Amino acid sequence: MAGELVLLDFWPSPFGMRSRIALAEKGIPYEYREEDLRNKSDLLLQMNPVHKKIPVLIHNGKPVCESVIQVQYIDEVWHDKAPLIPSDPYQRAVARFWVDFIDKKIYELGSKIWKTKGEEQANAKKEFIECLKLLEGELGDKTYFGGESLGYVDVALVPFYSWFYAYEKCGDFSIEAECPKMIAWVKRCMQKESVAKSLPDQEKVYEFILHLKKVFGIE
Amino acid sequence: MGEEVTFHGMWASPFSRRVELALKLKAIPYQYIEEDLSNKTPSLLRYNPVHKKVPVLVHNDKPVAESMVIIEYMDETWENNPFLPRDPYERAMARFYAKFIDDKLLPTLAKLGQTAGKEKEETIEEIHEQLKVLEDELKGKQFFGGQRIGFLDVVAMILVWLHLAGSITGQKVLSTEKFPLIYEWIERVMKMEVVNECLIPEKKRQDWIQLAQKAPKSASN
Repeated sequence: MAGELVLLDFWPSPFGMRSRIALAEKGIPYEYREEDLRNKSDLLLQMNPVHKKIPVLIHNGKPVCESVIQVQYIDEVWHDKAPLIPSDPYQRAVARFWVDFIDKKIYELGSKIWKTKGEEQANAKKEFIECLKLLEGELGDKTYFGGESLGYVDVALVPFYSWFYAYEKCGDFSIEAECPKMIAWVKRCMQKESVAKSLPDQEKVYEFILHLKKVFGIE
Repeated sequence: MGEEVTFHGMWASPFSRRVELALKLKAIPYQYIEEDLSNKTPSLLRYNPVHKKVPVLVHNDKPVAESMVIIEYMDETWENNPFLPRDPYERAMARFYAKFIDDKLLPTLAKLGQTAGKEKEETIEEIHEQLKVLEDELKGKQFFGGQRIGFLDVVAMILVWLHLAGSITGQKVLSTEKFPLIYEWIERVMKMEVVNECLIPEKKRQDWIQLAQKAPKSASN
């Protein structure tokens, strides 16, 4: 069951962070390989010929692509340790729905916040906060989205926290001021070693964004 | 399981019709509610407040939204005729190609109706590359699910729709020469009564083509 595990990843990728957290939560050893996205390795192109993207989880030589599929795979293979996905089918459906929501909204809106200006940025900020508020509603009074322990939705969402500082600086707003419950939840997650060790420093991510803005000629 | 199942759908939405197919494959009795997307029922808005879209499955008053989430929920709740394989790696593969269809192929197909000239040619080229991925996935198999129809087959019904659209418009994006395995698969699934029940009825097909050409996004809006 253990076998050989390799994760092809890129340090600021919130998608890669999801798999890092899942593997860390379950205490599964693996080899982390940093990809240079401007010069992708032959292994990456071979293992993900369809999308040519990270993260790619390679288990005994067989690739699993797409972060949400990886997290489900990890949970199914190592099901006896720190289960992330609920066992009840309806709770599972609810968790999958919110992970799908996060995938459809958070990354794209966040990207608009740092890539655009003026009205487009203002609209993105507004919608971004609305989405976080919807997620706050789903969290309710729970410690984590998964209840008493970290779950699928927590793992899918918390990586974006590493980009919050960058969004805030580029968008000139405070996420904590608008969504205090969300930040309180983030802080609880960051107390966990699996999360703290999987997320890069927010300042580093901001520097990376500034570098990307230069490269793409974004003001 | 003696249960109450209601399904909010729309006749022209591939997302909606794929859930219908899943319901029929598992022989789950359900009450169908056809939604007029320009005048959505209060229950749809109550059951899917986040997206306000079809399809929505309501099981004992508990709503499930998003077609793939619904299909996996059904598979876990009604264990007859399983859609997903048991092996975690094979499940990951089925999910990967299903996601590929929804994230890549469907948006490109939606774009096709909105393009002309050189841009149209480029879009067709893109579709061909995407179809090749699915063609390769059928190698050595009767169905995407192997010996029998499975999760990926249900999601891939869009290929049958594409074939039907091609027959009506005369614009065959899906050619037999380039995609023989997909064609064989289409012929195989179209022999199944349940599949035919979940396609656009013949008399509505012209309307459907016009609708598809108007709407840039999915009809489940």
